[in-house]
Amino acid sequence: MSAAVATPSGTRAAPRGGSTLTGTGALVRFVLRRDRVRLAVWAGSMVAFYAYFTFALDTVFADEAAQQGRAAIMETPSGIVMGGPGYGLDHYTTGVAMANEGITWVVLALAIFSVLHMVRHTRAEEETGRSELVRAAVVGRHAPAVAALTTLVVAQAVIAVLSAFAMVAVGDLAVVDSLAMTVGSALSAVVFGAVALVACQVFAAGRAAVGASLAVFGAAFVVRAAGDMRETGGSALSWFSPIAWAQQMRAFVDLRWWPALLSVVALVVLVVVASALASRRDFGGGLVAGRPGRADARASLRSPFALAWLQQRGALLWSCLGLGLLWFASGTLLPEVGSMIGDLVAENPAIAQVFGTDGTELSVAFVALMILYAALCCAGYAVVMAQRPKAEETSGRAEVVFSHPVSRYRWLGAQVLVAGLGTAVLLAVSVYATWLGAVAVGWDDQTFGDYTTVVWTYLPALAVFLGLVVALYGWVPRLTGLAWALLAYTFVIGMFGGLFDLPDWAFRLSPFDWVPAAFSGEFSAGDVAVLWGAAVVLGVLGFVGFRRRDLVTG
Amino acid sequence: MTTTPATGTPGAGAPAIETRDLHKRFGSTRALDGLDLTVAEGEVAGFLGPNGAGKSTAIRVLLGLLSPTSGSARLLGGDPWTDAVALHRRLAYVPGDVTLWPNLTGGEAIDFLTRLRGTPDARRKRELLEAFELDPTKKAGTYSKGNRQKVALVAAFATEVPLLILDEPTSGLDPLMEAVFTERVREAAANGTSVLLSSHILSEVEKVCDTVTIIRSGRAVESGTLDELRHLTRSSVTAVVEGDPTSVARLDGVHDLVTADDPEGTRLTFDVDNAAMGATLTELSRLGVHSFSAAPPSLEELFLRHYGDDVSDDGTPAGDGRPGGRHAAEASGAGAR
Ligand SMILES: Nc1ncnc2c1ncn2[C@@H]1O[C@H](COP(=O)(O)OP(=O)(O)O)[C@@H](O)[C@H]1O
Ligand SMILES: [Mg+2]
Repeated sequence: MSAAVATPSGTRAAPRGGSTLTGTGALVRFVLRRDRVRLAVWAGSMVAFYAYFTFALDTVFADEAAQQGRAAIMETPSGIVMGGPGYGLDHYTTGVAMANEGITWVVLALAIFSVLHMVRHTRAEEETGRSELVRAAVVGRHAPAVAALTTLVVAQAVIAVLSAFAMVAVGDLAVVDSLAMTVGSALSAVVFGAVALVACQVFAAGRAAVGASLAVFGAAFVVRAAGDMRETGGSALSWFSPIAWAQQMRAFVDLRWWPALLSVVALVVLVVVASALASRRDFGGGLVAGRPGRADARASLRSPFALAWLQQRGALLWSCLGLGLLWFASGTLLPEVGSMIGDLVAENPAIAQVFGTDGTELSVAFVALMILYAALCCAGYAVVMAQRPKAEETSGRAEVVFSHPVSRYRWLGAQVLVAGLGTAVLLAVSVYATWLGAVAVGWDDQTFGDYTTVVWTYLPALAVFLGLVVALYGWVPRLTGLAWALLAYTFVIGMFGGLFDLPDWAFRLSPFDWVPAAFSGEFSAGDVAVLWGAAVVLGVLGFVGFRRRDLVTG
Repeated sequence: MTTTPATGTPGAGAPAIETRDLHKRFGSTRALDGLDLTVAEGEVAGFLGPNGAGKSTAIRVLLGLLSPTSGSARLLGGDPWTDAVALHRRLAYVPGDVTLWPNLTGGEAIDFLTRLRGTPDARRKRELLEAFELDPTKKAGTYSKGNRQKVALVAAFATEVPLLILDEPTSGLDPLMEAVFTERVREAAANGTSVLLSSHILSEVEKVCDTVTIIRSGRAVESGTLDELRHLTRSSVTAVVEGDPTSVARLDGVHDLVTADDPEGTRLTFDVDNAAMGATLTELSRLGVHSFSAAPPSLEELFLRHYGDDVSDDGTPAGDGRPGGRHAAEASGAGAR
């Protein structure tokens, strides 16, 4: 890896001869080469998100009535929190909705990208001792940081231009306003990258730097939401958040460019601060000493189950928090959504296919649909977590454990049990968060007990997903990803099954088809037994296969 | 395949490890192709071979991680596949490339692993951490390869077991740490632990092993004590003679002859099969010998003879102690560096 650094010609003077930036160019090329796949995936995902969001708004909210219905939601507190300051609500076209609702999430994604990129190429490199090699070669003190920042700006610029192009191509939106939105969001995200750079000087551990930077984003999120809640278009408080600097450009409403300057100024200030801090600390050190971890494990860490829990609890916590918030917020939207769908159905018979036509049942059908979404997310969680054993195995960590007195059944059982319990907890959190959100805005037609029934009815269907992954893992570990195909299929059947004239068995292939619609009051013991039966058979098959097969080894 | 309870101790003199005609195929790759390997109880056995020879595969079969395609393998009197859990209470394993859980510290990983095997000994852990100079409070995600290796070594040496299986355990360690490692292996051996030490580095094996099995392309090509293996091999000879040396080159058993001018006549360096030594000496004295030295082969040379083509790609063996009259007794004794 140091080869890339050593190759470039000419300016390879002795270390003392160069400036603190010597070798930056070589490092930039090195970062771009090393991260080419990573960068491409990020860029592709972001452009796809822009394109999809544009497309969705353009098709679902095609006419003015629908657009104004959406605008009404965006005036509510939860609409402001999850969306934006509310420019252009009186004429809520696709572009306006993109800017108002999209920027917060675009900046979130791009900020995460920025933070990870900066930490990865500065602090994390120092931590693993790899950049010691690089720095020992002819590379100035500030070169790694400048190279990281340069590549970040380049990547963000490319993403911004491609994204604007996607918006124009998909939604036929104004070119200048599209660019303003994407560039403003990118600049705001780069500010969080610069925050990460400062954090990297302060903390000796990369994870701490990432955590601190994301905490700053969290604060910016709250400040922006609180500021915008005070008045439409944002109050003075809003302006303390970099997220607002992108939103306040008022793309598609009344475009102005100068708020973007705030991002540029903040970027410069943060870089100067980081540079000053960098000169004040030792290589590998931080201003705040890295907190050493435990020298001895907790007494509880003594079984494969304890280890699996330790491995999965972080993901479970964050999923519960993120999805819990999402479903709570969605729950608070129910009253508006109910009336809105009523209007939609009146105009669009295709939508009636999904929700039915009976006015009183519409909103219940909508909650049921939300629950279906929530359950699909949980199924995704189950598929991800049930594949953890595979990662343990291919990384070689399982090999170490299996050289100890641990049987295959015990180890896989621990992994699957933790994954299963986590899935159940996530389902419960999602469903009850929806209930809480609905109750909070006075929507209490369905009781706590009704929601509890939903949890119980969806559990066996989720177990089928878990069982499928285990079965694949036991026999053909290469193909555990096939479970995603079932998830996609379940999604399509659940969302659009009613639109097509499909044979009965096509529905029955989806595990969720065996689950009664939420709040329908239907219940079939036979269906429940079929689901549990399938889950258990698949699981047992998987265990038997895993006991019989070779471990996957390097 | 017969299964005997693995809990009973093996009978006196029963080998700690024994494989017979062991085959393992991965698709069309024959990773093991009839491997015979025996490690007697209490013996420190070297397991030498170039990369890709099948060392790790053999060890994974012995650990019950892979099932053999055919042939038999016995470990501490039990079957490695069916009795795996019981057998693993009585052995410790260090892989060549250790991966750890990034969010656990080194100390936590060591505790977790030793607790899986039994009751850990905190004092011993601390003492090993000191010896290997390992900071146990760092997250394993930030450890270098050498430090990850140390975690596995500390975990393995922290409990006393009848069998140690070490698969290229010193990769990534600096020479000082290698010395610490060597010392620990000797200590374990002194307590009666059987050791299987795989390596592609000869000097490592030379320092601690009683016997050596050399494996190539999945089968054992040589095995025996270090001394026995040296008998099979050639010596390196350097001599200065007055006469025309072409007659030496024509002798059976003389290899790689190089000549150079010397003020006293012609300097010859060559390898000679030990069986042809007598004839060679006769011929040399006929030519008029000014000076003469012969070195018993180091394992490096032994290795080069078997794997001449293969060793070049990973750069081993490092040629320490080539000519210079090193004796077998010295080489297998204290690990002079
Ligand atoms: N899981 C596997 N799948 C396919 N081939 C393998 C696998 N493990 C090892 N091999 C092949 O088997 C041979 C022996 O490998 P290995 O036992 O790792 O050798 P060594 O440990 O001596 O370097 C090599 O050719 C290797 O590529
Ligand atoms: Mg190997």
